[in-house]
Amino acid sequence: MALFGSLFCRIVLGLVIAFLFMPILIVLTVSFSSSAVFAFPPPGFSLRWYASLGNADSMLQAVWLSSQIAALSTAISLVLGTLCAIAITRGMIPGAKAVATFMASPLMLPGLVLGIAFLQAARDFGLRDTYTTLLIAHVVITMPFIMRTVLASLSLFDFAMVDAARMLGRSYPAALWTVLVPNILPGFVSGGLFAFIASFDNYPVSIFLVDVRTKTLPIQLLNQVEMSPDPTVAAISALLILGTIVALIVCDRLVGLKRMASI
Amino acid sequence: MTLARDNLTMPAAPVSRWQFDAKALIAAPGLVFMALAFAVPVLMLVGDSFVDSEGLSLAGYRKVLGDPYYIGIIGNSLQLACITTAVCLAIGYPAAWALARIRGVWQVILFALIFLPLTVSIVVKTFGLTIMMRRDGIINFLLVNLGFIERPMRLVFTEFSLYFGMVNVFLPFMILPLYSVMRMLDPRLLDASASLGAGPLHTFLRVTLPLTMPGVIAGGTLVFSISVAAYVTPGLLVGDRFMTMSQVMAKAYLNIRDFQLGASMAVIMLVISAALILASSYLVRAPGGEKR
Repeated sequence: MALFGSLFCRIVLGLVIAFLFMPILIVLTVSFSSSAVFAFPPPGFSLRWYASLGNADSMLQAVWLSSQIAALSTAISLVLGTLCAIAITRGMIPGAKAVATFMASPLMLPGLVLGIAFLQAARDFGLRDTYTTLLIAHVVITMPFIMRTVLASLSLFDFAMVDAARMLGRSYPAALWTVLVPNILPGFVSGGLFAFIASFDNYPVSIFLVDVRTKTLPIQLLNQVEMSPDPTVAAISALLILGTIVALIVCDRLVGLKRMASI
Repeated sequence: MTLARDNLTMPAAPVSRWQFDAKALIAAPGLVFMALAFAVPVLMLVGDSFVDSEGLSLAGYRKVLGDPYYIGIIGNSLQLACITTAVCLAIGYPAAWALARIRGVWQVILFALIFLPLTVSIVVKTFGLTIMMRRDGIINFLLVNLGFIERPMRLVFTEFSLYFGMVNVFLPFMILPLYSVMRMLDPRLLDASASLGAGPLHTFLRVTLPLTMPGVIAGGTLVFSISVAAYVTPGLLVGDRFMTMSQVMAKAYLNIRDFQLGASMAVIMLVISAALILASSYLVRAPGGEKR
């Protein structure tokens, strides 16, 4: 009976993995199809949709914009979040636990609600520049990912090492930079990766903030899927999947996937 | 990606001995930024829902809560989240169990295979799902070739495709919290239960399930809260045939420009997610929640 149970669970696990990969594999297959309709199985294979990416200007612009926003917002969150996390861990500020919850709370709010709040606030404050608005919103989106991983890393860090560096003549900022930063680098890498992905893939917040000329990639992709779905969309999606896998492998080399996912 | 939301690692802070330290200013830029860019906009949104062109008013809420149409939409969102969560739990529980029991290199590989789909853009996955649901798509291809149906049927814009897609997109969010709890479970407890004469069902109900309940609560809360607010997947897979709160909010702001309607709906959704988080943290802490 127990044997039967564990066999049953293993079969379910196998089916679940097949099920999860289905849409991803379909997109990959379609991107290599020779046909413009999404027939299954595809009539033949070609690279024409990848070749046509060169002309998809609006798509490439969206990729560029999303990369910039994701990289900048992750960088800003890393700096602001780490400084805040140090103060929280060292008990320098009152109500440290409440502060940590506050900094991580954007993750718990529905994305659309955040998006609407940003839209209204940007209007009320007269902030008209789409790029700046997007960037500010994405710093808020990425902050929880940084807070979580950096707080977890700092809880394992021995601050006596910072004191030691200061006794040896380093200033406080220099001690943080040369002792603390290298020690919690794995936390930066995994938190940064998740933050980047969260920003790069964000739809529900960005949809309220973009304008006709400034569209992030998920918005542009969904537009295209709704208006004129053709395998060009599949080709760019396939490249995105490839990019994610490469990033995961690089980060796995740096810190280990298990460790990344467990935080 | 929101795996461990309730076990934020919290260092013991010597709050009682707190006194001002100039070094505490390093927290200021982040705190000020989050207060201005996050707390203020959310509070303003809550405020906006109580205001119309003439001043204070509850018109937005009267419109939403007094209209069977909007009540139905809130019901749709809750139904969507309930069914998605239930199906994810039913499938995810055995899958997470198998994942937690497998050892060695296979565990790493299988774990990566569950984790990887999470990092693929939701728009890309939903796009793949719409291709699968086409009349000439793989689902119809399989159903016909396996002999379930004679001719391909229309799947896109049906509730079947909606739930198929929702479970596909959100299932890892159920499996990973379950897995992280099940991994900690000492397998000898199950042997002990069996050697004391309990049957498999009895062992499951009295030992396994109570011990893995924190994972069930964490995964269930997570899947419920993201699926109640889901926007992209329902939008592409059923569209206007199954309106949800998210759909109404987006339409209120992007199309019909009824800001008070949108703000009221947003606050109602905010209340639902806050209630959910509070309920789950209560359940995890409640003395009867774990041991019975």
